[in-house]
Amino acid sequence: MVIDWVNFTPWASLSGGILLGLAAAFFILVNGRVLGISGILGGLLPPKAGDAGWRIAFLLGMLAAPLTYGLLAPAGFVQAPRIDADFATIVVAGLLVGLGTRYGSGCTSGHGVCGLSRLSPRSLVATLAFMGAGFAMVFVVRHIL
Amino acid sequence: MHRITEFFVGLLFGVGLLLSGMTDPSKVLGFLDLFGTWDPSLALVMGGAIAVGFVAFAVARKRTTSFLGGAMHLPKASQIDKRLLMGGLLFGAGWGLAGFCPGPGIVAMAAGEIKAAVFVAAMVVGMLIFEIAERTGVRQRVGT
Repeated sequence: MVIDWVNFTPWASLSGGILLGLAAAFFILVNGRVLGISGILGGLLPPKAGDAGWRIAFLLGMLAAPLTYGLLAPAGFVQAPRIDADFATIVVAGLLVGLGTRYGSGCTSGHGVCGLSRLSPRSLVATLAFMGAGFAMVFVVRHIL
Repeated sequence: MHRITEFFVGLLFGVGLLLSGMTDPSKVLGFLDLFGTWDPSLALVMGGAIAVGFVAFAVARKRTTSFLGGAMHLPKASQIDKRLLMGGLLFGAGWGLAGFCPGPGIVAMAAGEIKAAVFVAAMVVGMLIFEIAERTGVRQRVGT
């Protein structure tokens, strides 16, 4: 293993992580909800009466984030996403992420952040599974194919 | 009041994703490339988030209502089964292919990235396939 010091952003990533933790903390304590994106979105397919408003409000907040961040952040901190995958790969990836997060009942936020914060063994297993598969996929794509 | 706080949390979470680097697939793949030149940044994202979340959930466990007086919707499932494992593996494979997980995909779409919009559309289709599979599965089990 060689550490990529050039792209390493310890302070931005740590601060961003703390914001994610604060959002999860706020959501469980103020609203009594677990912050898990795949569950919040998946619960709208289809929307159920009395259970859609909070999901939509949360997702609208997420959609407003890039504009807000663009206004608040210093110029050097605004990095446009660099997406190397072609469209076919993106479609396959999206299908896998959609199916997998619903079968596994969570993604990086629900299992990875909230579940590990709760010390849930179930979420630890899920997190090890998706992290392991992610490492394996990148290894295959970058170093074998 | 609820709708305002929910919107605010979504906004805060989205801003956190942008600042952390999670919305940049090349950075995510740099973290997942353990056997190449490895960018450890995302370990700090998880570490920072969990450090704060750990305290919050310790408080949440002791409460019977939220600060706004509503119910505490804490997960009840604890089983570790094939669905959990297979779901995690499928999700991880997709994450490693494109470098997007659900939240960052949605935020990058809102930033105007066409590929992120295609990712989110495919993800929604994947979720719908799950819903349909579950329903037909239930009907078959009830029918037999």
